[in-house]
Amino acid sequence: MVEVKNLTKYYGDIKAVDDISFTVETGEVLGFLGPNGAGKSTTMNMITGYISSTSGTVTIDGSEILEDPKKTKAKIGYLPEIPPLYIDMTVRKYLEFVFDLKKVKLPEKEHIDEVMRLVRITEQADRIIKNLSKGYRQRVGLAQALIGNPPVLILDEPTVGLDPNQIIEIRKLIKSLGKRHTVIFSSHVLSEISATCDRIIVISNGKIVADAKTDELSTAVSGEQKLALEIEGISSNVIAAIKKIPAVIRVSNYHDVREGVAKYVVEYDKSADIRRDVFNAMSRIGCPILDMQSGNETLEDMFLKLTAADQTNGSRKGGVK
Amino acid sequence: MGAILKRELSAYFNSAIAYVVMAVYFFFSGYFFYAICIEGNMSSLSYVYSNMFVIILFVNPIITMKTFAEEKRQKTDQALLTAPASLTEIVLGKFLGAFILFAICCCIFLVYALVISFFTTPDWAVILCTFLGILLLGAALTAINVFISVLTESVIIAAVAGMGIGLLIYMMNTFSNYISINWINEILGKIDFVNYYTNFTYGLLNITDIVFFLSVTGLFLFFTVRVLEKRRWS
Repeated sequence: MVEVKNLTKYYGDIKAVDDISFTVETGEVLGFLGPNGAGKSTTMNMITGYISSTSGTVTIDGSEILEDPKKTKAKIGYLPEIPPLYIDMTVRKYLEFVFDLKKVKLPEKEHIDEVMRLVRITEQADRIIKNLSKGYRQRVGLAQALIGNPPVLILDEPTVGLDPNQIIEIRKLIKSLGKRHTVIFSSHVLSEISATCDRIIVISNGKIVADAKTDELSTAVSGEQKLALEIEGISSNVIAAIKKIPAVIRVSNYHDVREGVAKYVVEYDKSADIRRDVFNAMSRIGCPILDMQSGNETLEDMFLKLTAADQTNGSRKGGVK
Repeated sequence: MGAILKRELSAYFNSAIAYVVMAVYFFFSGYFFYAICIEGNMSSLSYVYSNMFVIILFVNPIITMKTFAEEKRQKTDQALLTAPASLTEIVLGKFLGAFILFAICCCIFLVYALVISFFTTPDWAVILCTFLGILLLGAALTAINVFISVLTESVIIAAVAGMGIGLLIYMMNTFSNYISINWINEILGKIDFVNYYTNFTYGLLNITDIVFFLSVTGLFLFFTVRVLEKRRWS
């Protein structure tokens, strides 16, 4: 449905987006994750044709955005980071304007009523947008994107600045929209993406650093698994014993719980299961295991790892709009 | 284009802009009409029209200042530029919205002509010719001011710069007196708005004058489209 190929954007000498390629299938909800200034908005602006790419192509349902902009833009509903609202209009008048602007062929009144019902702003239809709260404005922005039932929805940080209840509601809405539309939405909040999306693309420094299904992502990226242990005994002995197990990559003394008891984190190759080996090794040296937890890296760990280059380099410019 | 035109007009009339602009326009044209035609016992509107040039210079940038500057500042241009509409459509919609408001202001002259017709038979040919002239002048200035608006994010800069450029156009004749280089003088004479406009107020309908104002309008609308286009690429 959406095919992005070798998309690159320079702002002067600064490379904001660096050779990004991905495809989104029909009906997929894709999360676009990255720290501020990673190039999310720039990429979305290029997909929707607001700005043009320095090189690369964006194809939506077979038509290219720069070659056939009218036809391609008709297939996209776009909610930019700041909803493009004319604040001196009423909600209904504004949506009527968008309806005309997009040259939608559906029955006007029914369609607008339906969209307003979907994002739950029917009650606010005759209020002036200026007087609406941030949450409602965001919904009007979403309604604007939904006008004309475009097959592709591009939502740039749709939950920023909303209160927790509103965030949950918007997420639910996006999830339900995913049944009828192909959705690409961006966020720098991890839990949001993992709760809403089928697939995540992590973008950092203008590059894609990870692209995977949500549940596969953490293991796919890290290539290793972790084991958290709480063991009684002398630290140096414990660490030496664990290190002898072949699949183990790293052992670290996490922190001491009390005299003689410490927590350890063991990282090991994901192809092996070392739990039995650890148990045997510990019983051999007479150090009882008090607690053992195995688990993938959390998304947060992964996110930090993937985008670490950003923080350490510190050479990046601020956000790119 | 229709959608944008409709929104522009409703934005003018739902805010104070349209009414303030019309009030200023009607007040000064009314004053000139009273002083020249009623007090001065004249049946010709020519002097009223030529006096209005300065008023138009000040009123026109107020009409157009928001067209693109405000869109850019509020980021509403994202809706326009990602909608399935061409840049030409967007620019034409904005231009026509501003121009129609201006044209509504100008209709007051037809009222004055009617007033004159109660006293004497007005020279309708001259009046209509001048009316066409003021519309063409308005179209050219509107196009220039829309272009100025697309260059900035600030409505105030758009308005002040528009007035400045307008005055510059108005005083072009004076400037050319101080320039002794012949070819520059010649060029200034060729682009002197007042010259072309004055012909209309005499009731002269020259193809040259019409073509001049239409070309200026077209040229600056074209520039506006190019600026929007260029912004996407930079």
